[in-house]
Amino acid sequence: MTTLSDLKISEVKLEGEHVGKWGMVIDQDICTGCQACVAACSMENNIPFVGEEDSGYGRAMHWIRIERFWEGEYPEVKMTNQQPMMCQQCGSAPCEPVCPAFATVHSQAEQLNLQVYNRCVGTRYCANNCPYQVRTFNWRDYQRPEPLPNQFNPDVTVRRRGVMEKCTFCIQRIHKAQDKAKSEGREVADGEFTTACAQACPSNAITFGRIDKEDTLVYQMMHHGQSHGKKHLEELGTLPSITYMNGGGA
Amino acid sequence: MAYGKKETENKPAVYEHHGHTEEHFREKHLMLDPLPRGQMNDMVMEAMTEKPSWKYWLTVFVLASIVAYCLVYSWIRLIAEGVGIAGVNRPSYWGIFLVNTVFWIGISHAGTFISAILRVFKAEFRRPFTRVAELMTTFGLVQAGFSIFMHMGRVWLAYWLMPYPNQRMLWPNFHSPLSWDLLAITTYLLSSTMYLFLPLIPDLAMARDKTTGWRKNFYRILALGFRGTEGEWTHLRNAMNIFAFAIIPVMFSVHTIVSWDFAAATRPGWNSTIFGPYFVIGALHSGMGAAVVVLAAVRKFVKNMDYFIRAEHFDAIGKLMLIISMGWAYFFFNDYMVQWYGGDKWTKQLLHFHEAGPLGWMWFAMLIVNIAIPWAILWNSKWRSTPWLVSTVGILINVGMWFERYIIIPISLTINRMPFTWRMYTPGIEIPLGIGTLTLFILLYVIFAKLIPMIPVWEVQEGQMAHQLKKFGRETVVTVSELE
Repeated sequence: MTTLSDLKISEVKLEGEHVGKWGMVIDQDICTGCQACVAACSMENNIPFVGEEDSGYGRAMHWIRIERFWEGEYPEVKMTNQQPMMCQQCGSAPCEPVCPAFATVHSQAEQLNLQVYNRCVGTRYCANNCPYQVRTFNWRDYQRPEPLPNQFNPDVTVRRRGVMEKCTFCIQRIHKAQDKAKSEGREVADGEFTTACAQACPSNAITFGRIDKEDTLVYQMMHHGQSHGKKHLEELGTLPSITYMNGGGA
Repeated sequence: MAYGKKETENKPAVYEHHGHTEEHFREKHLMLDPLPRGQMNDMVMEAMTEKPSWKYWLTVFVLASIVAYCLVYSWIRLIAEGVGIAGVNRPSYWGIFLVNTVFWIGISHAGTFISAILRVFKAEFRRPFTRVAELMTTFGLVQAGFSIFMHMGRVWLAYWLMPYPNQRMLWPNFHSPLSWDLLAITTYLLSSTMYLFLPLIPDLAMARDKTTGWRKNFYRILALGFRGTEGEWTHLRNAMNIFAFAIIPVMFSVHTIVSWDFAAATRPGWNSTIFGPYFVIGALHSGMGAAVVVLAAVRKFVKNMDYFIRAEHFDAIGKLMLIISMGWAYFFFNDYMVQWYGGDKWTKQLLHFHEAGPLGWMWFAMLIVNIAIPWAILWNSKWRSTPWLVSTVGILINVGMWFERYIIIPISLTINRMPFTWRMYTPGIEIPLGIGTLTLFILLYVIFAKLIPMIPVWEVQEGQMAHQLKKFGRETVVTVSELE
């Protein structure tokens, strides 16, 4: 029986019991900017396609985007590395405290930022307060012409107009792997599953796994040998879960 | 004020109106120009109950049509089709809806400010126009509420933001500035409506005694059986006193909390510690500007109002506008200076974008109409006493304050820490909806001018009883007795 004292308000929980913290390492040096991750993510997570006009107006709903930058003035333009940008699954997320309806909350179990679509009333405050600008809003009921509805992922909610959404680190895959491991009486092995973006990446620029266990690949990439890992906007105290590697020479 | 209070108690003071005749005083000051009670009541009743001309009905029709199209139809479309038909995008997740919300809350501020602060300080010039100002508070908050609900993606679930007991033990998030906002605005709406209603009771009782038919029933219900006994007056005065004092901190808190929606966020240009007082003074700036416009309109279009609302009142409000304009300039400079000095690269980029971006003209226009024009015009007592001139300044200040909120919300949102997402905001259906709220605000005044007395008659009469012209030798002198 749940009592009121068991319900903890949980926006900013940096410590406490949890059963795994998931994280990601993105190697920008080997990212080619092919956008396979964007396509894979859209299919995995039932992301609507907003069309050319809305997309051009800043309403593209991809949960992951490839940011392209360049240096210098035309024609002396030098391309810099591509920057895949998605929800950083902050440990202390600015989006969480500002939601008046508790639609964006921190999960104790996976240490992720969850978006509760049912609870979202669409104030869009979370998106304003996200320094990474990775939250996407369902501006309209976007059409899905045939045969697109046939490739819906049954594990993922189809969101309706007026709610906010964002990258979940493919939480449905996390849960599937956890359930399987539990039924077999073991822990989830490193590399047993990965997110859609990491799976689709042809150059293996994205590595996903537990960052609270020292024997995972993602932990070792973050902490050993490669000292050039950076986290975005870390100075804001958001404690992001994604490490970017850049300038390691290739 | 030309007629002080304390000085007259000890010795007859000699005023700068040296040698002025009684007629001069009467012409100039409402408090010194008393009419018999019955006549004054009749004047107000006539303005209210006189059969409206075709012009009135035409105005109502036009305004109601605009409201029907711009507010009702457009809002239905917005709900049916989604926020996509508005201009909001990434990164400007908030647009004109929030601009209008802040703008209308600002407008509604001045009502309470004029009424409560001036009542507490017993400023005599407040007497004829407290009602018009208090109505502005209530009507403005209605528009603010509409604007914030338009903004929501799923407005039909807005009640989830209220703390109500439910099976799943779900509460609103009290960590969120939006939750504070909702509670503050609700408190303000309820208390300002009660504060509007209390001084209305004696006037409603007067109207009840002077009308027949449906009006009599209407006023009888609203007047709550007020007969004017000594006990009733004592209770009324006590209640008004409590509300006048209590509503002042509420008023300050509301706009401070509105500013926290921005100041508590991690955005460059928003995360500014001075936003609280800066927003309060900004609200007063636009609110005083709106008050003077409404006052001029009531004086021009409602019958017999030129007796009650005189040049002296525009003069007094003009002084307040000038002081508030100076205060606004101070806080604006303070906010700008400290943000710029901080040297954060995103803030610097943003401040540069404010003045040199594609909407830089808006930034300069804001400074001109909010600071330069009021300072150039309102220092002169003659110009201050000219209703059309002061109300033009009032309109300009409101345009400027709307620009200010536009600069703070969609323009500042354009620049963030992720340059890849920088994009301009172009309003869509926000424009008709914004026009709709403005029209509804005017329409409410037009309708209520026929339903409730626009002038607190009893307060004017009370003031006139306290003021007297006395002759000391050859000198005509204004004397005041302490009433309350």
